[in-house]
Amino acid sequence: MLKEFRPAITSFLILTAVTGIAYPLAVTGIAQALMPDQANGSLIVKDGKAVGSELIGQSFSDPKYFWGRPSATGPMPDNASASSGSNLGPTNPALIDAVKGRVQALHDADPGNTAPVPVDLVTASGSGLDPQISPAAAAYQIGRVARLRGMQPAALQQLIAQYTEQRQFGMLGEPRVNVLQLNLALDAVHR
Amino acid sequence: MTDNGLLQIGLYLVVLLALVKPLGRYMAHIYDGDMPAFVRWMKPAENLFYRICGVDSGEEMRWTRYALAMLWFSLLGVLAVYGLQRLQGMLPLNPQHFGAVTPDSSFNTAISFMTNTNWQGYVGESTMSYLTQMLGLAVQNFFSAAMGMAVAIALIRGFARHTVETIGNFWTDITRGTLYILLPLSLLLALVLVGQGVVQNFSPYRTVTTIDATTYDNPKTDAAGNPLKDAAGNPVTEKVTTHEQTIAMGPVASQEAIKQIGTNGGGFFNANSAHPFENPTPLSNFLAMLAIFLIPGALCYTFGYMVGDTRQGWAILAAMTVLFVGFLAVAEYAELQGNPAFTALGVDQTASISQSGGNMEGKETRFGIVNSALFATITTAASCGAVNSMHDSFTPLGGMVPLAQIQLGEVVFGGVGSGLYGMLIYAVIAVFIAGLMIGRTPEYLGKKIESFDIKMASLVILIPPMIILGGTALAVMLDAGKSSIFNPGAHGFSEVLYAFTSAVGNNGSAFAGISANTPFYNIALGFAMFFGRIWLMIPVLALAGSMAAKKRIPVGTGTMYTHTPLFVGLLIGTVILVGALTFVPALGLGPIVEHLTMIGAH
Repeated sequence: MLKEFRPAITSFLILTAVTGIAYPLAVTGIAQALMPDQANGSLIVKDGKAVGSELIGQSFSDPKYFWGRPSATGPMPDNASASSGSNLGPTNPALIDAVKGRVQALHDADPGNTAPVPVDLVTASGSGLDPQISPAAAAYQIGRVARLRGMQPAALQQLIAQYTEQRQFGMLGEPRVNVLQLNLALDAVHR
Repeated sequence: MTDNGLLQIGLYLVVLLALVKPLGRYMAHIYDGDMPAFVRWMKPAENLFYRICGVDSGEEMRWTRYALAMLWFSLLGVLAVYGLQRLQGMLPLNPQHFGAVTPDSSFNTAISFMTNTNWQGYVGESTMSYLTQMLGLAVQNFFSAAMGMAVAIALIRGFARHTVETIGNFWTDITRGTLYILLPLSLLLALVLVGQGVVQNFSPYRTVTTIDATTYDNPKTDAAGNPLKDAAGNPVTEKVTTHEQTIAMGPVASQEAIKQIGTNGGGFFNANSAHPFENPTPLSNFLAMLAIFLIPGALCYTFGYMVGDTRQGWAILAAMTVLFVGFLAVAEYAELQGNPAFTALGVDQTASISQSGGNMEGKETRFGIVNSALFATITTAASCGAVNSMHDSFTPLGGMVPLAQIQLGEVVFGGVGSGLYGMLIYAVIAVFIAGLMIGRTPEYLGKKIESFDIKMASLVILIPPMIILGGTALAVMLDAGKSSIFNPGAHGFSEVLYAFTSAVGNNGSAFAGISANTPFYNIALGFAMFFGRIWLMIPVLALAGSMAAKKRIPVGTGTMYTHTPLFVGLLIGTVILVGALTFVPALGLGPIVEHLTMIGAH
């Protein structure tokens, strides 16, 4: 019974040191030396101040900005220190009510728009931090943003095209638009 | 399904199957102690390690000793993870100053990571210090994976050997699995992940100034920090406007890599692989999915190679692949259909070139439906349990696929090691059934399957449903079990069933609406995970010992071949039949009723 105890404890300690200390430190060292931007959160710096991360969604509710995916994090949306989905089941009345409310909010902000609403614009993302929306969801909002900023829809279409990321290697994932980067670009061309 | 969707799935399968042979062969050599030239330079370090630990690497163990060594190693793992969580407040690498984790949650998490489950009752980024994550949780990700592989290799040796008492040396198996297989693969994957944007640092959380203001209802607390409630029992809130966002950081990439390669699945963050810092791009997602099936797939080749007939390994892999594609088709179809209730609200769920469409609740834009349903099918076919979308928000049939796959015993590729030994148990059952039908003594790989062997195989098949169904029944009868349910109706029952299924199957994914961080669920699921792992490994090792001791019967005219399409079909039938007979009634009460309600209501 006790014969296996010595190898158990010694191998546990040594392998812990290898996999729990040496390995993460090696990855950190190489990552910080070769890829410091990515390793530190792909932060976007404007005028010397970090204004967000390329990879982390930010909440936009002002109608003159493009809105991102709804977020179910608490207590505030897009809380990047407590990621979470809504976990609402498909037949839960609370889910139907939430989607109804979001569709209503979009209609209220843009009464003339009668197009069907792209699904990703009214459903909460998995992480609550989704930085992107589908090109369809961006196109849906062009009319509102153009009107409130007094811009030409064509100019916005061009901006969206510029910030649309195609499938990786033309194949993997889905086409998508980074909402924070799009809004930053929007502010840059038109305040 | 769009052409691109089929292309992405096809590419995944092709890359996976192309890697099976080279990695499978490499692993067979590693476990035989015959190191290939390009890793032979590590041999002196390995030998020094054995000297310090007092291990004679040439010494072989009987199955009982092998099991005892495994139990010692597991016990130390549980104690270390429990201790780290309880003491983290006093230990370094805790920039957010998290205090001790509660005893019941620490117990649950310690069992969870030792058993390769990685069920997350806690919220990673607001509970665990960097030290607990890297020195406790990530270390168990390596060890539990190495242990699963060791048990699978021991069972393979049982079939490969004859008339001997021993099945290998636990200490060399665990060391070689860690140093030569898991560690190099993890290092490689971790660095590629950083390149895609996965963070790897020890900084405190970063606060940034946001572009737009966020207004929200903040719960008010009293002087002691307890939430205030009004007369009706609702929380009292105040409107707060902020221009700040606090972004969680940490040594994520190193943990993320082994989380997938070891089919562990415990996320650094609460949202797991849906979180952009764990899984930022379609490429990181592709590699994560590849990493989950890589070792389980390759072990099939290792098996064939070590028993001296690679066709046997391909047959097992073929059965796994056919089952996988079938389940995947159901999940993809169900999720692409979307939610009928949304269409009535003027929501567009059609797939087109500018949106993925479908049921996007709980899913990320960059993955869309194709990669969310694919990931969910992979993570529950294997015992991984990482999620890139929230299974609780899947359509009823889409959510039934993960549930059913775990209930079949995660033998469709399965966990590292545990998938293969689970499928080999089914193979033993399959030849037994075939033997009964044709009236011959069953044999598998030249070994006569006798009463003791069938008893051990039956234990492996029968213990999980007993705990899953018993635990679910108990939970839905007790207030402590019912009060944690989040979604109403049949879906709430599915949440409880999923929790016990995931725990016993050592999967770790969840219908995460359920509030599992309560003493009842922490303790009940803790025991479920323990028995679901250890109580299966011991009979598997007993079977390995029994097989090794048997004589090998030469192939004769009456031998039933176990590498033919006929046998693959028989094996698939056995898996489906045994799983279906056990769980169909429970699935009927959950996802099937919900599906009928959903389509009936619209």
